[in-house]
Amino acid sequence: MAELLPGRLARLAALTVLAFVLMAAFAPWVAPHDPGATDLFRRLQPPGWMEEGDWAFPLGCDALGRDILSRIIYGARVSIFIGVVVVLIATMIGVAAGLAAGYLRGWVDRVISGLVDILLGFPYLIFAVGLMAMMGPGVLNMVLALAYKEWVVPCRVVRGETLAARETEYVEAARAIGASSATIMAHEVLPNILSPVIVVATVRIAQVIILEASLSFLGLGVQPPAASWGSMVADGRGYILDAWWVSTFPGFAILLLVLSINVASQAVRDALDPRFHD
Amino acid sequence: MTEPLLSIADLRVAFATRQGLVRAVDGVSLDVREGECLGIVGESGSGKSVTFAGVMGLIRPPGRIEGGSIRFEGRELVGLDPQAYRRLRGRDIAMTLQDAQTSLNPALTVGTQILEVLLAHGDDLPSGRARLRAARQRAVDMMTLVGIPAAARRLGDYPHQFSGGMRQRMMIAIALSCRPKLLIADEPTTALDVTIQAQVLELIASIRATLGMSVVLITHDLGVVAEYCDRVAVLYAGQIVESGPTAQVISDPRHPYTAGLLRSVPVLSHLDRPIHPIEGQVPDLIDLPPGCRFLPRCPMARTACHNPVPFHAFAEGRAARCVLAEAPR
Amino acid sequence: MRSVALLQRLLHLVPVLFGVTVIVFLMMSLTPGDPAEIMLANQNATPEQVASLRHDMGLDRSLPTRFVTFVGHAVQGEFGLSLFHRRPVAAVIAERLPATIELSAAALLFALFMAIPLGVVAAVHRGGILDRLATVGSLFGVSLPGFWFGILLLLAFAVNLRLLPVSGAIDFAHQPPGLTGFLVIDSVLAGRMDSLGNALAHLLLPAITLGLPMAAILMRVTRASMLEVLRQDYITFAEAKGLGRTRILALHALKNALLPTVTVAAIETGSLLGGNMVVETVFGWPGLGRLVVESIFVRNYPLVQAAVLLYAVTYVLVNFVADMLYTVLNPRVRM
Repeated sequence: MAELLPGRLARLAALTVLAFVLMAAFAPWVAPHDPGATDLFRRLQPPGWMEEGDWAFPLGCDALGRDILSRIIYGARVSIFIGVVVVLIATMIGVAAGLAAGYLRGWVDRVISGLVDILLGFPYLIFAVGLMAMMGPGVLNMVLALAYKEWVVPCRVVRGETLAARETEYVEAARAIGASSATIMAHEVLPNILSPVIVVATVRIAQVIILEASLSFLGLGVQPPAASWGSMVADGRGYILDAWWVSTFPGFAILLLVLSINVASQAVRDALDPRFHD
Repeated sequence: MTEPLLSIADLRVAFATRQGLVRAVDGVSLDVREGECLGIVGESGSGKSVTFAGVMGLIRPPGRIEGGSIRFEGRELVGLDPQAYRRLRGRDIAMTLQDAQTSLNPALTVGTQILEVLLAHGDDLPSGRARLRAARQRAVDMMTLVGIPAAARRLGDYPHQFSGGMRQRMMIAIALSCRPKLLIADEPTTALDVTIQAQVLELIASIRATLGMSVVLITHDLGVVAEYCDRVAVLYAGQIVESGPTAQVISDPRHPYTAGLLRSVPVLSHLDRPIHPIEGQVPDLIDLPPGCRFLPRCPMARTACHNPVPFHAFAEGRAARCVLAEAPR
Repeated sequence: MRSVALLQRLLHLVPVLFGVTVIVFLMMSLTPGDPAEIMLANQNATPEQVASLRHDMGLDRSLPTRFVTFVGHAVQGEFGLSLFHRRPVAAVIAERLPATIELSAAALLFALFMAIPLGVVAAVHRGGILDRLATVGSLFGVSLPGFWFGILLLLAFAVNLRLLPVSGAIDFAHQPPGLTGFLVIDSVLAGRMDSLGNALAHLLLPAITLGLPMAAILMRVTRASMLEVLRQDYITFAEAKGLGRTRILALHALKNALLPTVTVAAIETGSLLGGNMVVETVFGWPGLGRLVVESIFVRNYPLVQAAVLLYAVTYVLVNFVADMLYTVLNPRVRM
């Protein structure tokens, strides 16, 4: 991994991502407080370093007196879960559909590509908002709403790569010795298109996390009292004049995680892309 | 004897890479006389194109001119300020590149591409409205001269609307539009098929005669040199290994590399000779040993070759970088 | 040849637009909750009244029948009654549309004016300080959650520095006479400089928030394609012709390098249209995006349906236009 992420910055980014993942996984042990525990005496309490702050609640409290740090830690679970699960589902569907379209061509390709074209006709967030409006809020619905469109991304990548791989010698050789389509796709084509798929998937996780946060911000995602970074920012909006910390810290968490993923995956891409080695 | 039009002395160009400093041109000296056609021969990576990119002032980082001198009409070009260089390029020294397909801008009409040179350099064009008209006339004249039919009607066309041979002619017309004193033709034939190759070379030769300019013909093809060049310089691994009048060099090569090249290609005047490719590969240009660079591939290597070999004259107008240069074979 | 290509692309639009319509129809027709009941909520309606409204709205017919009716109406711009406003959906949308178009256009302009010069400069000075700054900046740009960044901008420029207005599209005192509904255009038409200034001041922060991710992506695309173009022989040849640096960069290089930028800009309009909802919510912008979000919460489904369809159709058409523009810019595709 060290060669894949050249530079201190990329390593730092990878470590940050790892820290977020660990934080999410061990949230009950890491979080200082119950993320749902309200305490009206601590309503909009400032962060620890400010006057009236209390280091027991380092990032302050929200309008219901809940500990913001604990809610951010639990919110990481939602963001990372949705980001990973959506991209995982989308990648599995997209790879299968892309392989089928690119390798089998014919009517299979026409149907899949047609569906892809139609889904590409929707702006992503509009599509997700429309679906969420229909299905109602909730984590599972959000995963579905995003995955319905997300699979198009890996599908297009895989279809393109498969079309190219189809013409290469190793596939022709496999065909010549009488291997079946499924065998060729699984053993000859798939391993060769894996690296672009992985690169795309890492970048997409970052984008899905932003989309999830946007939906939650609009009130269409994760529902209270569950903590989600997007809805935390929305909750704090009304108090922005008196209590800037309520919105600021969860938003910063989104930025930090998404930026780290993007920096790390950029480094992976640079390392994999031979064009950058002049 | 009058001063040569172009005089390159001990030119050194190096490229900084991760692996180390690549000395692409390492002490090249040569002259181009007024009105002559000089052939520059070498494999790719021999430094022939880089040398003349240096003359054009087009060496870009990570490349750098490390030393030496380039004099054009007595004026030093190494270290010349960019503005003055810009005025020189395209007007006094022009260059055509290997592949006209990729050298013409696909997004601009050929008219734009030829007029812009004329307008950039045409100090003698009238000013005001007449300027564009005069430039157009010159463009059409030059396109007609290089053999583009109905030139006036083709000014609005894009490069992709031209055939391969016509594109090559167009590039030559653009290069020659300001009637330069020196034309550097970098591999003018490699991208073309054989019949068009001959046409393009004939065209350059006839225009050279018409306009009285000097031509440097960069090529890897000794056959082309034999046909069209007065003198030839052979480059190997960033150095000139042999130079002299074309006829003498071809009939009596004094460097084993030149001899090897001649054996490896059919030459029209010596078609009876059998063809043998040179064994081995061009050396890596990083950390070269001090001795002869052809040594590892040389069929006549001896101990003296491990020491630096000077490029020295051994007869009137002839020089070579070989310890055996004095002995005809 | 050119018109054939145009016709092919136009024909390709038909199935895509049809598919988009089917999906929008299904999206909303499968919605739990009965629009008729929602409309009559809080009115103590009898089941008979509900049934009668259901019949009037065509809800008692089969799905395919309803789809045909829907498409028939949609083609005429007829989307039924906005359940909440009790006015035709089309009229409510038309009222909000200019503000959204104005915001999106401003964001697009911001993105292009940021991205293209920065991308060119970064490519020309590859590896230099500006290049590194631009690269880091673009990574931030694609990583910033717009809703949060908008709030921070508000906090800094509107609340703390008091330089810019907090919310809305114009102050009441500066409201220009409404001719087109586009505040900037109306201000200019009415010769009201105060209105223009006020409208632009309101527009600035939302446009930056909305345009930033697009600017980041376009910057990277422009930089990459510029690097690719600068390696081309025709750039070397242009230099050998003794042309000035500005002409080489601005004409010879940029005209080729902008082709991918145009394509990606069209694709990224999608994030601009979706971002409308978020940014309009943050800045209290009186546009369609906020209307859609509000409508979801009051279960005003006909409006949501119409708006989603409008967004999708717009997006498809923008990409079609970009395709055409690409053809104009690229003479190799022409002929």
